[in-house]
Amino acid sequence: MSLKDVLTPFTAWKRIAKEPVTVIDPFNDRPGADRYRGFHQNDVEKCIGCGTCEAICENEAIDMVPFKDPISGDSGLRPSLDYGRCCWCALCVDVCTTNSLKLSNEYTWITTDPEDFRFTPGVDKKSWDENDKGWVKPEPNYEFYNTQRVEMEHLHPEERVDSFIEMVKGYSHEQALAEADRCVECGICIATCPAHMGIPEYIKAIRNEDLEEGLRILYETNPLPEICGRICTHKCETVCSIGYKGDPLSIRWLKRYIADQVPSERYQSILNTNDINNNGKRIAIIGSGPAGLSAAHYLALMGYQCTIFEQYEKAGGMMRYGIPEYRLPYDQIDKDIDYILSLGVEIKYNTRVGRDITLDQLSQDFDAVFSGTGLHLGRSTGIEGSDNEHVYYSTDLLRQITEGKDIEVAEHIVVIGGGNVAMDITRSLARMQKVKYGKVNIIATSLEKEENMPADREEVVESREEGAVLMPGWAPQRIEIQHGRPTGLHVVKCNSLFDDTGRFNPQCDMEVKNFFEGSMIVQSIGQGMDLSYVDEKWMEGLSFGPRGRVKTNEYFQTDLEWFFMGGDIIEGPDVIHGIANGHKAAIGIDRYLQNLKD
Amino acid sequence: MFTINNDRSKFPELDDAGNALIDLTSHKYLKLWQGPQHPGVTGNMSLELTVTGDEIVESKTHVGYLHRGFEKLMERRTFIQCFPTCIRLCVAEPDPNEYLLSSCVEELAGIEVPETAQWLRMLALEMARLQVLLRQVPGQAGTFALGLGYQWGNYIRDLILDRFEELTGGRVYHMYILPGGVRGLLPNGFKNRLEENLKLVDEFLPNVWDLIYTNSVFKKRAKGLAVIPKEWIDQYGIYGPAARAAGIMRDVRKTHPYLFYSEIDFEPFTTDESDVFARSLVRWHDLKMTVDIIRQILAKMPEKGDIKAPTPNVMHWKIPKGETYVKCESSRGEYGMYLVTDGSDKPRRVNLKGPSYTHATSVLEKLLVNANIADTAAIMVSLATCPPEIER
Ligand code: SF4
Ligand code: SF4
Repeated sequence: MSLKDVLTPFTAWKRIAKEPVTVIDPFNDRPGADRYRGFHQNDVEKCIGCGTCEAICENEAIDMVPFKDPISGDSGLRPSLDYGRCCWCALCVDVCTTNSLKLSNEYTWITTDPEDFRFTPGVDKKSWDENDKGWVKPEPNYEFYNTQRVEMEHLHPEERVDSFIEMVKGYSHEQALAEADRCVECGICIATCPAHMGIPEYIKAIRNEDLEEGLRILYETNPLPEICGRICTHKCETVCSIGYKGDPLSIRWLKRYIADQVPSERYQSILNTNDINNNGKRIAIIGSGPAGLSAAHYLALMGYQCTIFEQYEKAGGMMRYGIPEYRLPYDQIDKDIDYILSLGVEIKYNTRVGRDITLDQLSQDFDAVFSGTGLHLGRSTGIEGSDNEHVYYSTDLLRQITEGKDIEVAEHIVVIGGGNVAMDITRSLARMQKVKYGKVNIIATSLEKEENMPADREEVVESREEGAVLMPGWAPQRIEIQHGRPTGLHVVKCNSLFDDTGRFNPQCDMEVKNFFEGSMIVQSIGQGMDLSYVDEKWMEGLSFGPRGRVKTNEYFQTDLEWFFMGGDIIEGPDVIHGIANGHKAAIGIDRYLQNLKD
Repeated sequence: MFTINNDRSKFPELDDAGNALIDLTSHKYLKLWQGPQHPGVTGNMSLELTVTGDEIVESKTHVGYLHRGFEKLMERRTFIQCFPTCIRLCVAEPDPNEYLLSSCVEELAGIEVPETAQWLRMLALEMARLQVLLRQVPGQAGTFALGLGYQWGNYIRDLILDRFEELTGGRVYHMYILPGGVRGLLPNGFKNRLEENLKLVDEFLPNVWDLIYTNSVFKKRAKGLAVIPKEWIDQYGIYGPAARAAGIMRDVRKTHPYLFYSEIDFEPFTTDESDVFARSLVRWHDLKMTVDIIRQILAKMPEKGDIKAPTPNVMHWKIPKGETYVKCESSRGEYGMYLVTDGSDKPRRVNLKGPSYTHATSVLEKLLVNANIADTAAIMVSLATCPPEIER
């Protein structure tokens, strides 16, 4: 031990003149760093109440609490925080599907009431609400799930335009697993799906590679999964929370994946429907479209003996006679329908109620009647020349295509309409032109501008890919007829469709004219219903609501208590509404026959 | 059982099983409990000492005061939910916990971490070491009541926590390294600000040297205190600075390089004395080396790049069935995690292996025998005892 060892420690004295380094004033405001994980902020207008933040929180610090009435795509709930539990990990922020949640850089909060530390950010006003610093989800390429969807493989336009082969290939095993993985199970889709299908559960079944369970979940709410898995309007996907930061889940294709993978022979054992007790009651169903089939399915499961009356040679209604085969192959329709028939449902084909048997007769022979007759009547534009024999309705042509009838396909065709049916007939005729003339020469024109066209976006894109020319924003004026045949359609520019009060009132610029050449004109501007089968004596018993629709209660029961109605004639038009209506009506019929009240 | 020497005349008799027979009525011995609140440790544990005069003749360590069970808790959490839980396994230096959990998960799931993220992980781990050592180096003198250096170190540590706050959003629990990568690039101007802080450490090192290591009181008390015999290193499994103070090179960064440590030039310090002074000296050199390593990282790391590899959806991420052991070098020595997965979305078993378990239970019990009551805190600190890491 040297003297140095005694003296050197005293060199510490040289720091005596240094400023003290501690902050003496505890109330001094020192802002947190730009990324500081401080107190929560939530943009409640942006938040959709998906609850993914609640699900990821390992401390159960988040509870979803009511904020407003739920609407489609918004549960109406918002995350509420318990700061007795939170550890400010910000996982809730990183996972937030809408990026509405963040942590401000504020970190001091003094209150005498511990209850204050339970609050709903964005609803309970806080001093840090306007604070623009703090933790937000890191960018870029930092996600807790894949925001990009697994692309569905399609036949190339060149390959598909000259045939009616199904153009969507369907997911492979790996693709389905990868797509199913993206789901966060928030369930925001369930409320929007008209049939309230158990979407997150069946997607989970795919992830668990338990397709039998998946099929059981599908059939709880939807007895036409092969069909819906192909042509459903997938409203669910428009609200999918994953869609806010990327592509929504391909819910429709995942449903198709389950149905495609399970062979039809296995259905009865998986769904446990080998043995159904017949309760001796008989139900008549008019029309074998989605509503009728759905009602028959659920009624059959409850033990009712169902007989469907179908005017055409085959079952399926608009699904078979309105949707082209390249979108919905007939064997897939048959797979769904055959299973329903295996439950003991009987179909009387080529039997039109009102012509071959009266509704009155049905009311006597059966305990209840359900009608889902759909919208089969074409609607005319009513313009000059529209009564020519070479001016057609899309519904008639689509049906004739299904029936294999000869259609005189012209070399130049004009289709009037901007909805999905217009696209269906355009694309079907394009295929036939391609076969007959080697090239496509078809114009589809609509009142609506392209961004407002009611058709699904993919239909518009695919029509173009297949060679159709789309002319949105024109109003048809007159069909030019020469020598008894149309030569084309005169149109004027359509500027707007609705007036200030939101009423349909197209405004056109009569000076801006155009002429679309075509020796075949197809009108596809909507369909109407045909209630001519309802005998006069019963007609009087029904009451009618807006747009001439028959009034029903929540179980689709009309004022005639034995008579239920659903599907496109009541709600829609689309398949999934029909399915939902049929299901609800089946429950309604059961309640009616069992004399159940709420 | 190890005995310090064969003369047990002042020690209690042993029974056939080797347990001390302490007859308190003899008035020769006194039971003294140190802890569970204890200045020498971060967290709570207790020492049951049998003393005669102020000399310890028998000691037992008791843990169980923290009531945590994080390893068990993690079995009920999804892998992403384990991430904010696992950091609490060691409070003073949480970053190795994040790193180990992430590496285990990545290894079993076959995830490649982007290069930039790996460099950022290294930076976070070294900054964590830096802030620990800034307290531990002067803290050793603090156990002998010389608190001044501790104040200096703590000040700089606070500035390092400012940098952590900027980089990770948190000061103590950084929650920065997560499965797949890290949660952010360096903020603008970060390197300069960190360099400014490192300069303070440069200044701190000689100052603290003069204050402590040439200090006659410190030397007198720390030299020759609690010598760990070299053969214990393997017998007990002693790691890190405690092993290097006994002349045995143990540093996972050197022996089993992970991340980009093989691209860094560094030579861990070793010495032979193996006493409290030597262990503290090793830490002083470690602090110096850490500054150097951080400077190398800052110079070599890419400025931009991906911070996270894409992973499956964390909400239900299932890790394939398997098991792995991943280790890294914490400021206390080899720190490892054993993860068993069963193919579900939650771990089947998480087991942390930290040096405190051996250092502060088995080794400490032995080292305290023959020591002075007043030296217990110094001995605990020299072993870098962290009870939260023992009681997982
Ligand atoms: S910051 Fe972490 S602990 Fe707090 S609410 Fe969010 S997820 Fe839960
Ligand atoms: S994750 Fe985001 S959008 Fe969903 S409820 Fe939470 S804050 Fe709202």
